[in-house]
Amino acid sequence: MRTFIVILLLAVTCLGIYSVLVHIPFGTGPSETGTHYLANTRSDTGASNAVTAVVVGYRGFDTLGEVTVLFLTAMGVGAVLATLQNREKRSIEKASLILTAACRFLFPLTLLFGAYIFLHGHLTPGGGFQGGAVIASGFLLVYLGCHGRRISRPASKVFESAGGLLFVGIGLAGLYVGSRFFLSNFLPAGEFNTLLSAGIIPVIYIGVGIKVGAELTGIIDRMMEDT
Amino acid sequence: MTFLQNYIYYIASFGLVLTGLYIIMVKKNLIKVILGISILETGVNVFLISLGYQENGTAPIFSRIGLSANRMTDPVPQALVLTAIVIGLAVLALALTLAIRAYRYFGTLNLMKIKDQKW
Amino acid sequence: MILIVTLLVVLMLAAAICAAVFKDLISAVISGCLVSLIAAVLFYLLHAPDVAMAEASIGAALVTAVFIIAIKRTERYEE
Repeated sequence: MRTFIVILLLAVTCLGIYSVLVHIPFGTGPSETGTHYLANTRSDTGASNAVTAVVVGYRGFDTLGEVTVLFLTAMGVGAVLATLQNREKRSIEKASLILTAACRFLFPLTLLFGAYIFLHGHLTPGGGFQGGAVIASGFLLVYLGCHGRRISRPASKVFESAGGLLFVGIGLAGLYVGSRFFLSNFLPAGEFNTLLSAGIIPVIYIGVGIKVGAELTGIIDRMMEDT
Repeated sequence: MTFLQNYIYYIASFGLVLTGLYIIMVKKNLIKVILGISILETGVNVFLISLGYQENGTAPIFSRIGLSANRMTDPVPQALVLTAIVIGLAVLALALTLAIRAYRYFGTLNLMKIKDQKW
Repeated sequence: MILIVTLLVVLMLAAAICAAVFKDLISAVISGCLVSLIAAVLFYLLHAPDVAMAEASIGAALVTAVFIIAIKRTERYEE
């Protein structure tokens, strides 16, 4: 009885999705909003990467909401796992010497690569979220390879809060300077295609990159406690 | 061949969405259900990006000064999917910590044994 | 070019079906990681390098790591 209902539901969903998908053309150009953003990115924001200009410039408030959701998730993971009683410790096999040495060697290089990604977010593909994820995977490498090394929790909280405050502070500063609205682009646009261009976009991405890196590392640290 | 050329990305996202839905509806282990949610989200993201594609286009980055915006793909779905991927990770992490907590409380991860959790 | 894309899509769907069928949860999670990886390649072929980078670093590395940590704290096999 149950499998019959499941097959029926899947068949109805299949039919519904199919009858919509045949009418959507594939490979036609961007929509009107997309064309407008592509045509005006260079003059409005001065960024080379149109996706970065949309995420931080035109739709900056949505990015603030996303950063808030990540913060709530990190808080939720910490709250759910804080009241878990720890079982007796299992004996963990230590990693071999080659693995430990290689992880310790690769860790600063991975952090450097992640910082490069979020610093050049307005020029090349990349940005705050990708750079933060690479930084978190650098920390994950040390957690898995070197036995018993953990991050210090107060330092992680300081970095996370500093990144978030940078984002909101730059946004609020736009209320008083320049054209007076939240997240207005008041820093000079600079020369196109150089590192110090595009107004507040690199500053915001630095804040987002540090915040996302600290948050994802905190999630992995809470979940890996005592295992 | 033109059928494949027009619809291959739609078939990919369609297949992933259906597989994800099958795992969520039929499987009994809680962690497998969460894996089904992850596959479903990947399918939807592939579908959204395939909507902004343009034939013989290029990525929406003005790497040289004189590049014209005529043949670039749409940047708006890419910005939305970037947000969706990061929030998908956050939702999965929270769901897995709730699964760990449920395992400690009920002693099992089988949804049939946890009373009235599965239809 | 279309043949390469078709081959990748067939591999992705096969990996998704494997993730549904395997009883060992670690094997199922690795199949899910393969789905994410091929999706990252498909994003690059659709001229979206930002999204490809995000999917490769978040979907293929961090989601798999979080799943394996959760499986380590609960049970490994499905029944």
